[in-house]
Amino acid sequence: EERRYRSASGAAIALQCRQHSASCRELAVRCPRLQLRSLSAVTSAVWLAAYGLYAVSENSMVLSAAIFIMLIGLIIYLHFVKVDQESLLVIGSLGIQVTSSYASGKESTTFIEMGQVKDVVINEAIHMQKVIYYLCILLQDPRDPQGVSEVVPLFQSSKPRLDCLIEVYKSCQEILERRKTAPQSS
Amino acid sequence: MVLKVFFPSCCSSAESGILVGRWISNQSSAVILAVVHFPFIPVQVKQYLNEVQRVTKVSVSVLGSWSNSKQEKEESLSEFLEDLGTIFSHEPWIQISKERDSKCWSCSTLQKHSNNPKEEEVILVYYDQRKVMLSHLHPPLGTAASTEHRPDDATQLAAIFDTVAKSKILFMTDRYDDGPIKLTHWQSDGVEASIIVELMKQASVPACMLLTFLLSLISGICRSRVLKFWPLSFLWSKLSTCEQLGHRLQHLQLISSRKKAQNQTQLMRKANIFVSLLLDVALGILLMSWLYRKNRIGHLADTLIPVADHVAEELQDLLQWLMGAPAGLKMNRALDQVLGRFFLYHIHLWISYIHLMSPFIEMILWYVGLSACLGLTVALCILSDIIALLTFHIYCFYVYGARLYCLKIYGLSSLWRLFRGKKWNVLRQRVDSCSYDLDQLFIGTLLFTILLFLLPTTALYYLVFTLLRLLVVIVQGLIHLLVDLMNSMPLYSLLLRLCRSYRLAAGVKFRVLEQQDGKPLRLLMQINPLSYGSVVQTYRLPTYSCYPKDSWTSLCKKLFLGELVYPWKHKGEKQD
Repeated sequence: EERRYRSASGAAIALQCRQHSASCRELAVRCPRLQLRSLSAVTSAVWLAAYGLYAVSENSMVLSAAIFIMLIGLIIYLHFVKVDQESLLVIGSLGIQVTSSYASGKESTTFIEMGQVKDVVINEAIHMQKVIYYLCILLQDPRDPQGVSEVVPLFQSSKPRLDCLIEVYKSCQEILERRKTAPQSS
Repeated sequence: MVLKVFFPSCCSSAESGILVGRWISNQSSAVILAVVHFPFIPVQVKQYLNEVQRVTKVSVSVLGSWSNSKQEKEESLSEFLEDLGTIFSHEPWIQISKERDSKCWSCSTLQKHSNNPKEEEVILVYYDQRKVMLSHLHPPLGTAASTEHRPDDATQLAAIFDTVAKSKILFMTDRYDDGPIKLTHWQSDGVEASIIVELMKQASVPACMLLTFLLSLISGICRSRVLKFWPLSFLWSKLSTCEQLGHRLQHLQLISSRKKAQNQTQLMRKANIFVSLLLDVALGILLMSWLYRKNRIGHLADTLIPVADHVAEELQDLLQWLMGAPAGLKMNRALDQVLGRFFLYHIHLWISYIHLMSPFIEMILWYVGLSACLGLTVALCILSDIIALLTFHIYCFYVYGARLYCLKIYGLSSLWRLFRGKKWNVLRQRVDSCSYDLDQLFIGTLLFTILLFLLPTTALYYLVFTLLRLLVVIVQGLIHLLVDLMNSMPLYSLLLRLCRSYRLAAGVKFRVLEQQDGKPLRLLMQINPLSYGSVVQTYRLPTYSCYPKDSWTSLCKKLFLGELVYPWKHKGEKQD
């Protein structure tokens, strides 16, 4: 099931929930795609600048350098910067897996074991001139049972708004609650 | 709690049998290591498992049954498998069965002494046994230094990796052995080994012994009393080539020592040092062959004297400029001439010495160039030392200028205190008031005025020579940075990360496989390799150079007061 929401900056994002089993859920947020008009705007700006330099300096290396830089820049942007989809896989009593897939197909994954997860909460943050809500995982401090050792923010590229975050939060909490009620075997 | 079963993917096509592995009760997870096939005698199986447990210190036991039925489900087989549960009593008894026509397996548990009768959920996680066995799980970098880590509360993943890694002996019997037990695991089709690795292992023992003998000879010579006399020991401590050679000697001693590496870190360090040395020597020999081909080293020696002459001429021009009206500033003529002539005479002496040495330069350089075969880092250190020797006069000028300026600044500050009627109390380390006599005040004021008006000249000489010295220091510093980089880069670890990325694991990642209602959840566990940055940070080799401890402000303060600066100090050198 896919639902449409908006991100903090107003772009359209989509949330997809899949329930694989009673204790396993996958929540994926899809970010807006790379727009053709922004790509062509950047390309034409760079090429115009290069052509202007060529007209001044009469050196054709400037043009080939501009093309080269454009290609390398585009590849770097697609592989390291542009995030296509961010997903959260919650497996009860095993852990939480956070995946970001980039536009070039690269996937970067982090798995956090359930023993280290203290809780999943919605926090507020000041970002530029706005105050936004973000979902984060609180990690347990091994030495101090009440303390939090680290805060792992989720969905950093897509930055969904509060309504989307509430859905994700409710899904996660349903699974996390079970580990407290389940009897611990010695 | 949810029951987790870690099943090796190599056993998916095994015949029916019983499952052998480790049960981690506090996390309610079962790590399956192998499948024992029919026919077997339960007593022999128990004996074998006890043996394994004794050797590996991993509590291996029979966990359940596995049925891979190619035909339709047989009732008698399932009853037989349940009866096995009474022979090998294990709580809970896991039964996994795979049908011919479905991908999803069914897994059920039998609890005899449980309080709640309801069926608990089962998650089936497939893992690649060979990769998990060879892999080393790295803790996150922030928590690496917890030494009081009890083995009981190791995290779940660490426990799984640990279990599989320690059970190597279980994987040594393959299906061609004639033992009473028939196992299926990742090596059951035949134990693999590489001839090259075995040959190298055999050859490394005499090679290590020879190397140790040679190294003990060399270090014995180095430690002899002859080389410890004062001028020589001072020279050795100043030359960076000797530092680098000592460092490499230490490395060679580490590699050729007889003790085996205790743990993963030591093994990786040895391997990194070995690969780094090999690359260093290879690049050094390449450089040497390039230098000696077409007699380039002769050309280099020929251009060395003209370059030194050129530098000296430039310095002379600079001094002539300072003696005139540099940048439009008006200098004190007398002091200017004195300082200028003093430095010019110094340069004249230096040039004479260089010309005295010129017939021998080519031969010296030819033999020194041969030492590039010891490594590229040694060649770079020699280059840095040659630069230091050639610019020795700049260093001398800097010291003269700095001392003069420093004296002047201290004199000025002390006389300024006299102006105000104060004095520096050495006992109390503070400024106290003091009443001076009239003649003391008169002479003090006179000296203060003289020093103050001579300040611009000295300051200008100091500034010029400090800038030159800093330029030389920056060039030397860049060379040392390069040498340091080559010394500390963990090349073997980077190659391993590139080619066999499963060996260095930062964690795991799970992928959800096809699901069916009523059947347990199936996940595939894959190894998440360490990022290149973390590899470099974890496995960096320690080096001997330490970066300047002075912050920028203290450096500027030292320069302003005229104190001598030594930006690149080596570890183990006494602080001035």
